[in-house]
Amino acid sequence: MTIVKTKINRRSFFKTSVIAGGGMMLGFNWLTACMPEDKTKKMLELPSEWYDINAFLKIGNNGVVTIQSPNPEIGQNVKTSMPMIVAEELDVNWDMVIVEQAPYNPDAFSRQVAGGSQSIRKSWDGLRKAGATARHMLVLAAANRWGVDPAECKTAAGIITNASGESLSYGDVASEAGLLEVPEEVSLKEVSDFSIIGTPRGNVDMDKIITGKPLFGIDTRREGMVYAVAMRPPAFGQKLSSFDDTQARLINGVSDVLQFGDKIAVLANSTWAAMKGKKALKAQWEEASPAENTEKHNEEMLALLDKKAETPLRKDGDVEKAFAEADEVVERIYEAPFLPHNCMEPMNFFADVREDAVEMYGPIQTPAWTRQRLAQLLERDESEISIGMSRMGGGFGRRLYGDFALEAAEISKLAKKPVQLVYSREDDMEAGTYRPASKYKIQASLKDGKITGYKLTEAAVNSNMYDLIPNFFPAGAFENYQVEAHTLESNITTGAWRAPYTNFLASAENSFFDELAEQMGVDVVQQRLDLLEKAKPAAESDDRIQYSPARMQEVIKLVTEKAGWGKKSGVHQGFSAYYSHNTHVAEVAEVEMQNGTPIVKKVYCAVDCGIVVNPLGAKNQAEGGVVDGIGHALYGQMQFEAGKPMAGNFDKFRLIRMPEAPQVEVFFVESDVAPTGLGEPTLPPAGGAVANALYKAMDKRFYKQPYFAEIEMLG
Amino acid sequence: MPSYTLKINGQSMTVDVDADTPLLWVLRDHLNLTGTKYGCGIAQCGACTVHVEDVAMRSCSLPVSAVGDAPVTTIEGLSANGDHPVQEAWKEHDVPQCGYCQAGQIMSAVAFLNNSPNPTDADIDAGMQGNLCRCGTYNRIKSAIKTAAGK
Repeated sequence: MTIVKTKINRRSFFKTSVIAGGGMMLGFNWLTACMPEDKTKKMLELPSEWYDINAFLKIGNNGVVTIQSPNPEIGQNVKTSMPMIVAEELDVNWDMVIVEQAPYNPDAFSRQVAGGSQSIRKSWDGLRKAGATARHMLVLAAANRWGVDPAECKTAAGIITNASGESLSYGDVASEAGLLEVPEEVSLKEVSDFSIIGTPRGNVDMDKIITGKPLFGIDTRREGMVYAVAMRPPAFGQKLSSFDDTQARLINGVSDVLQFGDKIAVLANSTWAAMKGKKALKAQWEEASPAENTEKHNEEMLALLDKKAETPLRKDGDVEKAFAEADEVVERIYEAPFLPHNCMEPMNFFADVREDAVEMYGPIQTPAWTRQRLAQLLERDESEISIGMSRMGGGFGRRLYGDFALEAAEISKLAKKPVQLVYSREDDMEAGTYRPASKYKIQASLKDGKITGYKLTEAAVNSNMYDLIPNFFPAGAFENYQVEAHTLESNITTGAWRAPYTNFLASAENSFFDELAEQMGVDVVQQRLDLLEKAKPAAESDDRIQYSPARMQEVIKLVTEKAGWGKKSGVHQGFSAYYSHNTHVAEVAEVEMQNGTPIVKKVYCAVDCGIVVNPLGAKNQAEGGVVDGIGHALYGQMQFEAGKPMAGNFDKFRLIRMPEAPQVEVFFVESDVAPTGLGEPTLPPAGGAVANALYKAMDKRFYKQPYFAEIEMLG
Repeated sequence: MPSYTLKINGQSMTVDVDADTPLLWVLRDHLNLTGTKYGCGIAQCGACTVHVEDVAMRSCSLPVSAVGDAPVTTIEGLSANGDHPVQEAWKEHDVPQCGYCQAGQIMSAVAFLNNSPNPTDADIDAGMQGNLCRCGTYNRIKSAIKTAAGK
């Protein structure tokens, strides 16, 4: 049993009250209810004692538990897994728990963002403590009623029992519990006593999804609402010069055509009529900045890879010296294109900009940031703007950027009507905010059969690897190690895309190590285990290195054992391992040749993400990350000519389909440490595993994604 | 504007729309049946799949004028209580992630199983390749179809 405090100094992170009509409500902060001591300073600077309450646990007098989750659901299943954590510590049956998506709370100080695979990692402690606190208070209320010592009471499945065998349900004492003071400390369960965490639980929205209930932003229907579709500049670098809407206004159902900035909105009584109206628009565009193309990007990025950066992102020892003294310096360049996000639900948002208030509703990963920008755009006070969050038909980073919500608000303001803005698939794929194209040059010096230096150089469009990425493996494994990055400025808009930067960097580095190991005549898996061993002292002493060499070794051993690494004939195996989003992953991909075409048949994937809260959902995330990573590594391509994106729909942009999707077998490392991210980390290693398997199958190294572009050229 | 009377989920419904309006938008915007999803508009992703006379059709590319009096079934009308064997199998395998493509996947799977009650893996691949899932739930869709095939 672990005893934890509910207060820091005199500040409590919980607030209780009695629900009108009976029952108890416990307000808490999803994220910070149990901050470690060193992080509390910031909390203490908050102006109000209850400032940070953003989530609620309600226990009705009928015993039904309602958890209001503030985290948006984009398919990562937090709406199921996060309440499981609360239910565990509360000691209730899972079927007595209802989950509600909380609206964006304007007074919240919180991480109400879905992104970076951080939802579970950051809220684990807070959620456990909320459940434990409520349980403690319910027990106290029951003990008071019986006149017994609360220590002699036990709980199970929402029932409190005392030593003489009397029992009360949570519902019976919820109203009384709501009147009690929040206890100074509460006890948390031991990991070994968990009965909900670690057990498979189905998606809480399952019934609604499989019966087609209106869950998604695009399903929003409101009284008096009109549908809007927008025309945007067809090429990056262009702006609107003039337009003629005569024909568009003649389309049945079209009610208005409005210019906003360099865009034109067509409003109609159906999405289809608005789309038809848009097709009938005649617009002229002019150059605002020079049109760009992929060929030129490629030349410029390759040139950047040969530049010396003034400030390396990480520098250990002296790489130049190691290179000068080496027997040989192996150098390879890896290249990846821009990628659209292609959420299956195209961007959309509902906006009703009125005199009295602004009501917004739709799929958004960043409600707080979006509201700030809306306030600026509309010149309104933030308090007048409400943002409701729907379930999201995919995010992958695209829904971090509230541009579509801002557009909807602008259109609604001009039209003086409630509006639903919908992107056509072409709008969605052509409007920008792509994964930036990137290239990596990797160099390693060899001397006397050993790697003596390692240098990684990145060239990427508009932005570069950030935060701790330069300190990921192999940082720490080499005395002489250096990471540099260069930016190619572009008028093509870019943004985060599932596992930013590492989604391709991991492919590049794992491909490089595979080739290096072959050249050195060693097994790539043994080489990785050895390098991780070498990295252990640095990982201990250097705070920037957050991967654990030991945990990485463990997933590598697990995956190679399950895959029968090096022991199979007839299949071609490729190995890859990567740490990102605080999670360690290793993968083995198997490729078979069928009629001269390589087929990725199977992928073994071992994951250490700490305690697995919901194995059913966790496996789904891991499988999906692998399939998505392989799909984009093989087929994902977005090129530009004269500023125009060369793919606008799924006839031109190839997404992986069922016949190409490998069977994925996922293995989790048994763990009793706090859970970490899972929405992203199985994606980065997938591309490298496939590239290395393709090499064994085809005797050809692949350096450029999408790999299939080259495979098709080979015939 | 012409008027069309459609048989949808066993009910007769009348709409006044242009002849070229795809069935998808009639369902979503005129009849408020939003379970059928818009994904691409060019019959490439399968999110809009419905049954017309028990045949899986991409409603985004089917003009309302071509439907005639053929009975249309959407995800909302597939079963009374969400208990069609395919829906049950979807639950059993916890298939969805974001969930957006799943109505179309289910409608495709039901029509596919009507024609191929005992499919091999290769049959399922061929039968379901018209439906995209960006979350990558293909493994589970395949498992769920195998489970449903036995029922």
